[in-house]
Amino acid sequence: MATVIIPTPLRKFTNNTAKVNVEASNINEVVSSITTEFPELKKHLLDENGRIRTFVNVFVGDDDIRDLKQEETKVNASTIISIVPAIAGGKH
Amino acid sequence: MSTENILFNKEELARYDRHIIIPEFGLEAQKKLKAAKVLVVGSGGLGSPVLLYLTAAGVGTIGIVDFDVVDDSNLHRQVLFGVTEVGKSKAEAAKERLLNLNPHIDIITYNTQFTSQNALDILKEYDLVADGTDNFPTRYLVNDAAVLLGKPNIYASIFRFDGQVSVFNYTNAAGELGPNYRDLYPTPPPPGLVPSCAEGGVLGVLPGIIGSLQALEVIKVITGAGEPLSGKFYTFDALSFENRTFNIKRRADNPLNGENPTIKALIDYEQFCGLKTPSTEKAIKEISVQELYDWQTKGEDFQLIDVREVHEYEIVNIGAELIPLSTVAANAGKIDQGKKVVIHCKMGGRSAKAVRELEEKFGFDNLYNLKGGILAWVDAIQPELNKY
Repeated sequence: MATVIIPTPLRKFTNNTAKVNVEASNINEVVSSITTEFPELKKHLLDENGRIRTFVNVFVGDDDIRDLKQEETKVNASTIISIVPAIAGGKH
Repeated sequence: MSTENILFNKEELARYDRHIIIPEFGLEAQKKLKAAKVLVVGSGGLGSPVLLYLTAAGVGTIGIVDFDVVDDSNLHRQVLFGVTEVGKSKAEAAKERLLNLNPHIDIITYNTQFTSQNALDILKEYDLVADGTDNFPTRYLVNDAAVLLGKPNIYASIFRFDGQVSVFNYTNAAGELGPNYRDLYPTPPPPGLVPSCAEGGVLGVLPGIIGSLQALEVIKVITGAGEPLSGKFYTFDALSFENRTFNIKRRADNPLNGENPTIKALIDYEQFCGLKTPSTEKAIKEISVQELYDWQTKGEDFQLIDVREVHEYEIVNIGAELIPLSTVAANAGKIDQGKKVVIHCKMGGRSAKAVRELEEKFGFDNLYNLKGGILAWVDAIQPELNKY
């Protein structure tokens, strides 16, 4: 199963689970699987049109899916998918 | 950057000896550091290690932009400051500490907010910028100013246990320009979707780790040593100790420097990040801490609600009924519709959301948001209470 790494800011929507294993063949299926398992994730990952939000990046291995085939990017059992939202902390 | 006229006196040569004897670094790299001018925006969690290491390393001119003053709650991570600096200007306190560490460099302070009005004027005097700010509007501002002026932006950001580092807008030896923040994140999250640091917190040592990496990248960009983190995006998870380095690229639709640039000057970043209330949105009623105090002393009949979390309530509370923001709608029945209701949180942000939610979903028209939240109350009315 492919492994999805959930970043700290989103873990409160995954019962503090940091890694989720999913059966999926592409990113669409990955997103569908994790948002079904953790419905609260949905509004944080997807916009009103069901597209991945522009302040959330999804990487397959080391590469941004925007440089691959977006949500159609293929994944397999050994793929590591990282979800990396924008964070802004630093001064306060 | 020319290092022709850069000379070191005896004390400087002794101080930088351990740099100079590194074969891949040497006197030439040390001269480049001395010739360099680096602007550090934000002298807090990230800015502290960045400033300390750049100062120690001998960066010749360092500019510090910060309008804030040192607060007790800063000291768990802002290692530039100690108890004697509490209440002082961060930029000035930082300067004093840094010149004590290295008197052979110049420190220039800007005790002001970095804004669309002053950003280009300040940054144009420097070779590169290190972004150690704490909010999305300023991050986009720093990025855009750096791109418009053609200067590298050494970026780092933290949240709770996560850190991110990259080098933006860097032109490599082959003349190829790397991506910038807008290539990585075209738009910021809407307000409210991502908790702020004041709500979210940060592990104190994390900015020490991430800020040190940021300082490293500043030094690499200045000296040309190694390969700067351009076109790469580093992430660190302190809990799992996992770090990953992703590949990132420039994007054709980048509004700053993509194929059809639409942004040619600095914009209103508060508005860009959705922090300004659109004029179509109804303003909510507010009350100051002084007015609240007057209501209490006059015996006015009103209900006081606190929408913070339980752990915050335990640190300090002013006797309000606790209904955390995420449970406000479910507990709307506990909120009085027949008399004035004052809603507060830590600083006023979450309580404003609660007021809006209750007005929109349940038609309340008797709600007042406490300006500045419990922190303003403690400052003005009950200084003996805990602050956090």
